[in-house]
Amino acid sequence: MKSLKFYIALWGAKFSIVLLKLLRRNASSFPGKFALTIDSNFMEKISKPKTIIGVTGTNGKTTVCNMIEDVLRENNYDFIDNKYGSNINNGITTTLIYGVSIFNKSKKDLAVLEIDERSAPKVFPYLKPTYLVCTNLFRDSLMRNAHTEFIADILTNNMHKDTKLIVNADDLISSNIAPNNERVLFSINRLESDTLECNNIVRDIRVCPKCNTKLEYEYVRYHHIGKAKCPNCDFKNFEAEFLVETIDIDNKNMLVKNNDKKEKYYLPNTNIINIYNVLAVITLLKQIGLSAQKINNGLKKLKIVETRFSEELYEGINIVTHLAKGMNPIACSRAFHYAKNTTGSKIAIVLVDDLHEDHKGTENIAWQYDTDYEFLNDESIKQVIIAGPRYLDSYVRMLLAGVPKEKIVYIKDEIEATSKANLEGINKVVILHDLYSIEETNNIKNKIKSMIEEIK
Amino acid sequence: MKIEVLFPEFGNLYGDLSNINYLKKCIPEAEIIETSYNSEPAFLKEDINLIYIGPMSENSQELVLRKLMPYKDKIEELINKNVVFLLIGNSLELLGKYIEKEDGTKIGCLDIFDIFSKRNMLNRLNSNVVGSFEDIEIVGFQSQFTTMYGNNSDKYFLELKLGIGCNNSNLEGIKINNFIGTSVIGPILILNPLFTKKILKMMGLENTKLEFEEEVLNAYNARLQEFYRKFIK
Repeated sequence: MKSLKFYIALWGAKFSIVLLKLLRRNASSFPGKFALTIDSNFMEKISKPKTIIGVTGTNGKTTVCNMIEDVLRENNYDFIDNKYGSNINNGITTTLIYGVSIFNKSKKDLAVLEIDERSAPKVFPYLKPTYLVCTNLFRDSLMRNAHTEFIADILTNNMHKDTKLIVNADDLISSNIAPNNERVLFSINRLESDTLECNNIVRDIRVCPKCNTKLEYEYVRYHHIGKAKCPNCDFKNFEAEFLVETIDIDNKNMLVKNNDKKEKYYLPNTNIINIYNVLAVITLLKQIGLSAQKINNGLKKLKIVETRFSEELYEGINIVTHLAKGMNPIACSRAFHYAKNTTGSKIAIVLVDDLHEDHKGTENIAWQYDTDYEFLNDESIKQVIIAGPRYLDSYVRMLLAGVPKEKIVYIKDEIEATSKANLEGINKVVILHDLYSIEETNNIKNKIKSMIEEIK
Repeated sequence: MKIEVLFPEFGNLYGDLSNINYLKKCIPEAEIIETSYNSEPAFLKEDINLIYIGPMSENSQELVLRKLMPYKDKIEELINKNVVFLLIGNSLELLGKYIEKEDGTKIGCLDIFDIFSKRNMLNRLNSNVVGSFEDIEIVGFQSQFTTMYGNNSDKYFLELKLGIGCNNSNLEGIKINNFIGTSVIGPILILNPLFTKKILKMMGLENTKLEFEEEVLNAYNARLQEFYRKFIK
């Protein structure tokens, strides 16, 4: 029997949902915040679905969550999720409130929850996921997440002992969290694009965590992702149970080996990051009993959200928008790597500052020096246009990356900067933008379109 | 001209190695010695013009302490001989008396300076920084789990207008002879060209033109104005 305090919190939160909806306000965080204020143990006390799938990690958790949900929905699973809510304790609590009756009876047997890795101490002691996918661990916002050891420690220290982990064997940091927990590992076989040396500035694990000897890499995929071992002790990558043996880019599929069985899976997107994301989804869904056929049925209907990636051919020029999450050096480095490697004679427009942060304070730009701006110093990129409040810092960073001065336009206002685009001989414009500058990105895109019309 | 970077495999958390890359661009003839954890520091056997340590994780701090402890006397000797040191972020804490954890346990440090740090992993402190150093102003950022306490009143680095100082005062870091230790993190030398010139002068390089000096100065002046406009009334 729950306490009166709990029911006051639950009923108050339920009432607030009705009220907020009547007022047409967002009801995805406040109800949980309210309930936790009334009863700090509310998350522990509220009834939960029998099976909870959690998804955490530095990069890709929203994408992985969305994919899991879409495939489950395609296969007629009924579940609660926090797709439209926040991934910290308030949002997760709100999702759980939606999932129970006024008598605290769980309405559904399954939950899919995106969980912010930094919020682990406020979530895991009360939630106990049945399965937890940890996509990867990289350095992220230094002001909030500090460093990967800190994040790995808080995940380890707060993990319930019965949670089964789904982790990337190619990531020596995330695959080693909560060492006493059972885990299922996934991996991608060596690729032609893998290198012997790391081409990135950041590698978050450089020495063996057991004996502090410098790790030896058999190959590096990007940053610390790859295959490594300690020359002095037994530390190395785990063997994976779900191994991508081959990737067929042209036909958008991959062959996954699990035990002695090999199964072909559809790839909605062939970018290596998204292949890892799909592999995490497959590994998780296999744990709850979905067949390859059922998973493929769902994967074939997926589409990457346009705010993360879009491509439009306009009057012969391809306009690409690519999310480059500001203050996240790995996400930006991957986006810059895309700009370098995508085919064509290109202009890169870089708008990675947190435009909204600028109104509140100012951004710590240290992350720019962990980000591989060097990828933008490429012959195929004919012009680099920088805009946003940190345009002078970005200009310096670009110069130090070796981009010639004559190739760089740097102006604070994004439209004025875009107006300097020289489209002559250009067949692709890549707009690299932050998560919080969708409107500005659309404005840039429209400006480019009008400029294309002018020259036609 | 020799620059020794101690333990870059640990001290690289916040884009800080860009300081060394920038110095390399400003002084192309400089030899950069990267001393890894399993090697002996070069400063034991040869003359070094600048010894640099960047910010590191809390576990790495303990490892580095173990490594540096046998060289405490040598480090003190070099400080007294006016060798240039630049320690940024939490690497300065290693030269204090101790680091106190949340549970009250203390990690013994080199005890070269009369300072100590208290760590609280549940509370990350972030701040912008503006502070005076001699005749110039330094801008930058702090992001830390620790607060420094003790006595730096006669050997501080920055007199802060903005930021977190020792004992929560306006006196930040340590400057004694040519030793500079500061809790400011990140690309401090790129953000502060006037300070970089001072460091180069301390290393014996007068009137060195900085790489992209004009552009770096423009960014510095814009940040200084912005910080004054937004945070210092």
